[in-house]
Amino acid sequence: MTTTVKENILEKLNSEPKNLWKRLLVTAIVVMLVIWGSTSLNYNGVTEKGATIAGSIIRGIVQPELATLFDFGPNGVPKLVLETMAIAVLGTIIGAILAIPISFLSATNIVPKPIAMVFRAFIMLIRTIPSLVWALVWVRVTGPGPFCGVVTQSVCSIGMISKMYVTAIENLDTGVLESLDALGCNTFEKIRCGVIPQLMASFISTAIYRFDINLKDATTLGIVGAGGIGFPLQEALGSGKWHRVGSFLLVLILVVLVFEWISNHIRNRLARGRS
Amino acid sequence: MANKLERKTPLFDRIIKPEHIVLENGHSVDRPKSRLPLILLIGVIVVYVSMDATNFNIQRFLSRINQLPVILGQIFTPNFSYIGNVIPSLIETMKMSIVGTVVGCVLGLPLAILASSNINKNKPTLLFCRFLLSIMRSIPTLIYATIFALVFNLGAFAGAAAISLFTLSIVAKMLYEAIETIDMGPYEAMTSFGATSLQAFWAACLPQILPQYFDNCLYCFEMNVRASSILGYVGAGGLGMLIRERTGFRQYHDLGMILLTLFVVVWVIDQINDWIRSKLS
Repeated sequence: MTTTVKENILEKLNSEPKNLWKRLLVTAIVVMLVIWGSTSLNYNGVTEKGATIAGSIIRGIVQPELATLFDFGPNGVPKLVLETMAIAVLGTIIGAILAIPISFLSATNIVPKPIAMVFRAFIMLIRTIPSLVWALVWVRVTGPGPFCGVVTQSVCSIGMISKMYVTAIENLDTGVLESLDALGCNTFEKIRCGVIPQLMASFISTAIYRFDINLKDATTLGIVGAGGIGFPLQEALGSGKWHRVGSFLLVLILVVLVFEWISNHIRNRLARGRS
Repeated sequence: MANKLERKTPLFDRIIKPEHIVLENGHSVDRPKSRLPLILLIGVIVVYVSMDATNFNIQRFLSRINQLPVILGQIFTPNFSYIGNVIPSLIETMKMSIVGTVVGCVLGLPLAILASSNINKNKPTLLFCRFLLSIMRSIPTLIYATIFALVFNLGAFAGAAAISLFTLSIVAKMLYEAIETIDMGPYEAMTSFGATSLQAFWAACLPQILPQYFDNCLYCFEMNVRASSILGYVGAGGLGMLIRERTGFRQYHDLGMILLTLFVVVWVIDQINDWIRSKLS
């Protein structure tokens, strides 16, 4: 034992690759991008009422306007939250159902590659257009209102849901299907006992995950007239009713957090089985 | 002992008794009744209530669906001469998302450290940080942008602020989940050598989380480019302002051009990020 612990450590340290230059280069690039980016973001300072607005909104969240919170009429919070949730529920369910045929048609282990490519391009197309723009397009078809939100979310959900369904389908264990074949099962039985049990959990998990996203999305679609809490929120912001804004935001935060917790719980159970 | 290991009977099986089957060899098994009818019933009720709340009207949809090909047809025949107007807004959008992402990612790092239970042993600050992060995460970027457009003036600064706040909350969440799975052995070894906890974190934990952190930052950047393109709709600068103006005038050919540019940019950024990721790993 001629070498001490300290020498061992030093030796190890010196044998580490030196990539100081690489790091400096990366840092320099990032710093330059930020400097370039901030050139046009001229900070005009907080508007004269800005600080008051921010303060009032936060105060509104802490002390919500009880009259709005418990107004069961058409403009009250309960009705709006129900509407927002309903948009997300229907949008997710319709989207998840429409995504099933599309994802089977874009899985390379089910259909020939050219067909799969066509449907993949279709999925990508849906994903690239932002949901707000989809809502602007659909609003011309359905007219303003929550129904527009439902249609928009159904279409937008197809993109992400199909993408995740395709991964699940391409990971299908074909050995199960072969053994069912060997047992003499017909196509229907093979789907019932070989395909559905393998896909069901991940399909439902994906749909629930998408529901979380849709719920958040549904709150913003209202800005273009697609129903939900977005439009009244926008209106309250525009007319400076900060306490109303506060109560809307408070409910929004609560609903999103509660559903996030529920969906995490269900998805954990789907992934790990009952515990 | 054996009783303790037994699983608690779910409520459903206590109300609707499982089928009791006695096998030929005398053993007996309980076969729980299928939950499918109950789930279907709840599903039908939820769907019915939702359809009622959203004025679901398939007839109106079908009677006016012929409008869709008209609009989509216009979007898919972009007006290429409009590109001159798109580029400045596109650059503004890019600047907004770059600054927003970098600021958010940098601010997210300390918050993530404070919110990870294996580093921060102080329970109150830990819970406060997590609580703050979940609240920040639950508000959509577009609503941040609306509020910031009122607090700061209209324009790209409000957009960048909204993006950085949202990025901060997401990066910090992904990061503290990563920090909690790291190997704490090197950290303890260094503290036992007499390093302060900051020194130990810097040398023992940071190298473990950095690849994950950069990966998360890139992911956020991709997401932010898409998200920032619509922030202008509420007055936060960038492409969204053009989208609002053009759809207001029903100039869908121009909208098509905006979307095409956006598509190309998002695709290019995805490719660059994939390349950076392959270098990182």
